[in-house]
Amino acid sequence: MSTIRRYHAASWDEPVIYELGAPGRRGVVPPSSWAPAADDLIPADLRRAADPDLPELAEYEVRRHYTHLSQQTMGMMGISLFGTCTMKHNPTLNEQITSRPEVAAVHPRQDPSTYQGLLGIVHSLEEELRNLSGMSAFSFQPGGGADAAYLHTVITRAYFASKGELAQRRQIITTAQAHPCNPATAKAAGFEVITLPIEEDGYPSVEALRAVVGPHTAALMLNNPDDMGIYNPHITEFIDAVHDAGGLAFYDSANFNGVMTRLRARDLGFDACMYMLHKTFGVPKGGNGPSVGAYGCSEELARFLPGPRVVKDGETYDLIEPENSVGRVREFLGNVQQLVKAYSWTRAMGTDGLREAADLSVLANNYMEKQLMAIPGVTMSFPGKALPRLEMTRYSLEEYTAETGVTGHDVQNRMTDFGIDAFWTSHEPAFIPEPFTPEAGEMWSKEDLDEWIAVLAHVLEEGRRDPELVRTAPHNQVVAQIDGSGLDDPDTWAVTWAAYRRKSASRQSVGS
Amino acid sequence: MSPSHPYMANSAEGSRNALLEAIGVSDPDELFRQIPADHRSDDAIVPSAGIRSEFELRRMLEDRLRGVASTDSHVSFLGGGYWKHHIPALCDEIAARPEISTSVWGTPSSDHGRNQAWFEFTSQVGALVDLEFVGLPVYSWGCAAGHALRMAARLTGRSVVVIPAGLDRERRLVIETYCGYRELDGSLSIREVALDAATGTVSLAALADVLDDTVAAVYVETPNSWGVIEADIARIIDAAHAVGAEAIVGVDPISLGIMASPASFGADIVVGSLQPLGIPLNAGGGVGGFIASRDEERYARQFPTLQVSIAPTIREGERAFGMTLFGQSSYGARELGNDWTGNSVYLWAVRAAIYLALLGPQGMRELATTVVGNARRAAALIAEVPGVSVRYADGIFKEFIVDFSDTGLSVARINAALFARGILGGHDLSGTGEGLEGCALYCVTEVTSESDVRRLITALEEVVAS
Repeated sequence: MSTIRRYHAASWDEPVIYELGAPGRRGVVPPSSWAPAADDLIPADLRRAADPDLPELAEYEVRRHYTHLSQQTMGMMGISLFGTCTMKHNPTLNEQITSRPEVAAVHPRQDPSTYQGLLGIVHSLEEELRNLSGMSAFSFQPGGGADAAYLHTVITRAYFASKGELAQRRQIITTAQAHPCNPATAKAAGFEVITLPIEEDGYPSVEALRAVVGPHTAALMLNNPDDMGIYNPHITEFIDAVHDAGGLAFYDSANFNGVMTRLRARDLGFDACMYMLHKTFGVPKGGNGPSVGAYGCSEELARFLPGPRVVKDGETYDLIEPENSVGRVREFLGNVQQLVKAYSWTRAMGTDGLREAADLSVLANNYMEKQLMAIPGVTMSFPGKALPRLEMTRYSLEEYTAETGVTGHDVQNRMTDFGIDAFWTSHEPAFIPEPFTPEAGEMWSKEDLDEWIAVLAHVLEEGRRDPELVRTAPHNQVVAQIDGSGLDDPDTWAVTWAAYRRKSASRQSVGS
Repeated sequence: MSPSHPYMANSAEGSRNALLEAIGVSDPDELFRQIPADHRSDDAIVPSAGIRSEFELRRMLEDRLRGVASTDSHVSFLGGGYWKHHIPALCDEIAARPEISTSVWGTPSSDHGRNQAWFEFTSQVGALVDLEFVGLPVYSWGCAAGHALRMAARLTGRSVVVIPAGLDRERRLVIETYCGYRELDGSLSIREVALDAATGTVSLAALADVLDDTVAAVYVETPNSWGVIEADIARIIDAAHAVGAEAIVGVDPISLGIMASPASFGADIVVGSLQPLGIPLNAGGGVGGFIASRDEERYARQFPTLQVSIAPTIREGERAFGMTLFGQSSYGARELGNDWTGNSVYLWAVRAAIYLALLGPQGMRELATTVVGNARRAAALIAEVPGVSVRYADGIFKEFIVDFSDTGLSVARINAALFARGILGGHDLSGTGEGLEGCALYCVTEVTSESDVRRLITALEEVVAS
C-alpha cells in the first residue's frame, strides 16, 4: 500500500484584487502618442464620465497576486485522474515553440504566402488525423468539443438543405450516455432531440434505435466507448440503420485515447467524427481552453466544411472556401497555436507511441479497477458486463453512502486534502448513484495511481470512523468547502465585484 | 528496444510489466476484447515512428516555421477586429505557469486561485462595460454576438435580428451560422441596416425602415467594422427599445478606456473581443468573446455561459468562488439548456485579468488616448500621399479605410509591394459589395511608431509613383 502524503495547499488569504493596491499606482505605462496633443478626438458626449473601476497596483503587486492565485490552484500539480477529460502530459517544448513570433505574432489576415510554414504544420496535422480516422478532410475551426458537435449539426443542416430534405429531417438521435453537448447542440441548431436509453448491457439497443429512426432522422450523434469504458459492439448496426433511413452518423470521439490506432471512425461507417486536441492530443486544457474540436468528415461532407481550409497545391499551401461551405462556426482557422502543439505531440508520439499510449491507458485503468474493486464500499457500473473496460470505468459509492451518509462529493473534497484533485463524477443524467469516474491515462506513473488509490481507501475508511471529518472537508485546502446555497439566488449571486459590493451593502443596510 | 517515452511514465519496461502482472495479463491486446474483430482498423493506418528526442523535435518544428513572416518581423497595419497591441510580459509569465495552463475542473477549494482570477476577469470586464453580470468567455467575438442575438430572441419571443451592413465578414458568417435555417425551429432571420456612405455609421433613417415589432434585437458595433465610432449610439439604442427590441452593442474593450460604455446609453447586452487584452494574435487563434448584461434575473437566466460567483465557505468570514446558474447550462440541462457550452478560451480570461490589472484605469485611459491619437495622425499623413485618401477621418478610433482607387493600383498589388519593403499593409476590402473597391482597412495602435508610419508613407509614395 502506498504511503499517504502529508499535504497542505499554499494559502495566502489572498484578497480580491480590488482590495489591493492604492489610487495612483500602476503596473504598466503605455507609450505616449507621437501625434500632437488633442483633447477633442472623442466627442464629449461619447467620452467616459469617469475612468473604469479597475484595480490600481504596481507591477510587482500584480505579479505577486497572480502568482499567489497560481499557487492556490492545484491544476495538475497534484494527481488529477479527471475522467472523461483525459489528462495528458503537456510538453514544455510546445509552449516555447508556440510563443515564437512565427506562431504568436502572425495576423490571421496575412497573405497565405507569408506564413507557409505555419500553414504547412496545420496541413500536416490534418494528414495525421486523416490517417487515424480514415476521414477525408478536417476542419480545426471549432473552439472545443462542443463546438465540433455544433459544427456537425450545422453541416447536417446544410447537407439536408442542399437535398431539399431539411424540413422533413428534423430529428437528431443521441443516447443517454452521450456528452450533453450532443443533445444541446442539436437543439441549438433547431433539431428535435431523441435520446435512447441505456439497456442492461450498458449501451442502447439496436431495437430502440430502429423504433425511432426513419424519414425524419437527420443524424445520430454518440460516443463509443462511452464514459463507463463500455464499447457498444453493435455500433455498425446503428450506423447502418441510420444510413438506411438516409441520416448521417457522427462519432464523438471523446474517448479516443483508449482506442487510438485500433479504431478508425470512417472505417466503422461514420460520416463525421471529432477529436479534442486539448485532451487526446496533448494540448494543455488551459482551465477550459483554448481548446480545439477537430472535426473530420467524409468526402461527401467535405464540401460543406467551414472556410478557410488549408489545402496543398504542389509545394504551396493556400486557404480556400469549400464549395458549399456552411460559412463559419467561429472566425478564421481556429486556435492555430494549439494545432502546432497537437502536431508536435503527434510527431513525438508517432503511431507506435499512440498505440503504446492506448495500451497503457487501458492497462492502467484495468489495474486501477482491480485495486478499487477490492476497497469495501466501491462498486462498478454494470458489474459483470463488458469486461475488461477500456480507458475508464465508472464506479459508484452508493453502498458506501448508504452505510456512512458520506457522499461522493464529500469524498472528492476530502481527497483534495491529500493533493489529489477532484475526480469526475458523471455527466448528466447521472444514472449511476454516487458516481465517480477516474481516468488513469498513459501519463501518470504506477506510483501515482497507487497513491490515488491509497488516498481513496484512506478517505473511505476515515468516513466510517469519523464521517464529520469527511463531510466538512477540505481541511488542508486553500479555503474551506464552499457554501453554495446562494449561488442560484439573484439576491446573492455576484459574478462581478461591483455586484458583490452592491448586494453586500444592501444586506448590511437591511440588517442594520 | 526504443527508450521509454518521456510522455509516458509506465512505458518504462518495469512499470509496464508490474501493471500487467498485477492484473494477470501478458499482452495488453487481451484488454480490448470488447471490440469486435471486424471493427479493428489496425492495418489501415500508415505507421510512423515517434520522435522521442526533444532536440530533434524542436529542430523539426523550428525548421518548418523558418521564414514565417509576422507582425513582429514586419511593420503591420493589419486589423479588422484582430489587433496588434503590446502584451505585458507578466501576461506571458502567469499564463504559462503549469497550475494555470494545465488545469481543468477542480473543486472550488482546490482550484480556488484560478477561479478567483476568473472572477476578477469578469469584474474588470464588467467595470469596463459598466455592467454587473458577465459570463466566462465564449470562443470569439462573433460567437458572443451570435449567442447574444439568440438570448434576445428568447427574451422577446421574436425572431428577426438587425445587424449592420458592412459587418466584418468573418463575424457576419459566424452570426449567420448561429441564426440557423428557416426550415428548423428557433431560426432567426437577419435584416441588414445600411451604413450611411457619407458618415460611415449606421443610418438612423435606414434603421427606422427595418424596425418593427418582430425585431428581437438590434446589433451594432462601435467603433464599427469600418473603424468608425458610432456617434449616434444613444439614438440607435433608443430606436431599438422603441419597438421592444433588445439593444446589443459590440465593442473593442480598448476603446472603453476613454469612451463611455454603450451600457451608459442603455444597451442591454454588450459583447466584444478579448483578443486585445494581452492575448497573442496566434494567426487567429488568440480570439475570445465576452457577454455582459445588467445583473437582472431576466438576463442572467438566458446566459449560455458558465460564470463564477463569489460565495461564502462554511468557515466564518471566508470567501470562495463557485459556478452560478450551472443548471441552466447545457452541462446541467442537455437539450433544455440555453444554447450550449463547453471548453472555450478560459486561459484568455486569466491573461485579460492580468492585463487590466496592470493597466488600471489610468493605463486604459492613456492607452486609448494614444491609440486614437496615433490613428488619427497616421490617417492624416497617409491621406497626403498622392492619389490616396482616407474615409471618415473624424470618426476614427484605431482603424480606418484607406482608398487607393485613384492610384489605379489594386490593393493586392500595393500590399505585395509593401510586403517587399517589410510592411504588412491593411487588408483588402475590395469585393465586399459595400462600395469599397480599391480600399483597405488600416489599423494603428500604440505599438505603431511614427517611424513605422513614415516608412509606410515612403513605401506608398514609391509604389504609387511606380
